[in-house]
Amino acid sequence: MPRPRIATASLAGCFGCHMSLLDLDEGILELAELVEFDRSPIDDYKEFQGRCTVGLVEGGCANEENVATIREFRRCCDVLVSVGDCATMGGIPAMRNLVPLDECLQEAYVDGPTVHNPGGLPPGDAEIPRMLDRVYALHEVVHIDWHLPGCPPSPEAFQAALTALLSGEPAALPPGLIRYD
Amino acid sequence: MSESFTFYIDGVPVEAAPGMTILDAAQAAGIWIPRLCWHEELEPFGGCRVCTVKMNGRSCAACTQPAEPESVVENDSVALREWRKALVELLFAEGNHFCMACEKSGSCELQALAYRLGIAAPRFEHRWQAREVDASHADVLIDRNRCILCARCVRASRDLDGKNVFGFTGRGPERRVAVNSDARLRDTDLDVSDRAVDICPVGAIIRKGVGFTVPIGARRYDGAPIGSDVESANDELESANEHTEGGAAATVRQEE
Ligand code: SF4
Ligand code: SF4
Ligand code: FES
Repeated sequence: MPRPRIATASLAGCFGCHMSLLDLDEGILELAELVEFDRSPIDDYKEFQGRCTVGLVEGGCANEENVATIREFRRCCDVLVSVGDCATMGGIPAMRNLVPLDECLQEAYVDGPTVHNPGGLPPGDAEIPRMLDRVYALHEVVHIDWHLPGCPPSPEAFQAALTALLSGEPAALPPGLIRYD
Repeated sequence: MSESFTFYIDGVPVEAAPGMTILDAAQAAGIWIPRLCWHEELEPFGGCRVCTVKMNGRSCAACTQPAEPESVVENDSVALREWRKALVELLFAEGNHFCMACEKSGSCELQALAYRLGIAAPRFEHRWQAREVDASHADVLIDRNRCILCARCVRASRDLDGKNVFGFTGRGPERRVAVNSDARLRDTDLDVSDRAVDICPVGAIIRKGVGFTVPIGARRYDGAPIGSDVESANDELESANEHTEGGAAATVRQEE
């Protein structure tokens, strides 16, 4: 039987959730025995190699590229999991949701006390994905099957969720593993 | 003095004295009813509705509703858990709660309640409306982004500190906690030792200079979930009752 494929991605996140996944210690070796990693920063595949059983996505949607990526994950994964507070509610990047986008850009690229920007304009290169009006939780953009909150979720929470998912069980966390910090 | 009487919470007989609220009687019997605005040192306020139970089929706030003889109260049912979950999720959607960067995290009653109710992610859209922070006072700050309008500070300042530092302004979604001087916190007679400071269930009123001093793992709710102190009192009570037949429910000490 082919091993279930897992894809992971970090959108508007800090990679802390991926670090916590790696923090399974030797558990990561058992996991690697059980699954095949598909598109993921862990093996550096940039494109999907095939249909995936589980997609783990860290970070919310802050720009158009994030939206395209999460839509692709939804298309390619049977079960899609929001990983970490940034994915479940926006997290630290969503602090900008309290300030209008143009004011954020003005402060970050023009007015900020440490800014050196002779052009006096926020960057607008076509290579740079355009920012969204605010940061969105993943479930505001596509359907999400399970939520794994935490900043980051503990390795135990990853373990519990993955063990459940790989045996076809619901990945609802027991209350003891739900954390927002 | 009129006689105490019995009523039933989820089928369990509970003793109450006349005038006792459902929540107080439950508490004395070691039954936890989820709550946020209630505090043992304060007059009940009935604001958050997280303590909603059904008495003889009608919903009411357990913290303000007096228990009635022979009444049948539903507390820990699927339907009520769902209602409470929705209320707590609405509080998260209404305010701006970034737990990962909050000094109160791990010791916050709102967060602990969300954990215990099994809220993995908010289902309602956030309002994302910035609210004012007042850091003018030397020792205390108010971050209204985290305020749940429970009025504990209002009641504590008035009834325990005898000061009236806090009040409310605005209505509906614009309701905010305000300070009496109509100016800033530093213009009031608030002192860091006032009960009104530490009684805030969330990270809205916080002492300056002590954030993050308690390590993760040692914070208030890191070990046992919220409410378990009330329930473990129940376990002690049960084992006590086994030894002293018919021991009185009201003798258990409550810690909250
Ligand atoms: S007040 Fe409580 S719920 Fe709000 S951010 Fe702080 S820890 Fe989280
Ligand atoms: S500041 Fe704290 S105690 Fe006062 S109403 Fe808000 S949440 Fe309640
Ligand atoms: S605890 Fe009863 S309404 Fe808030």
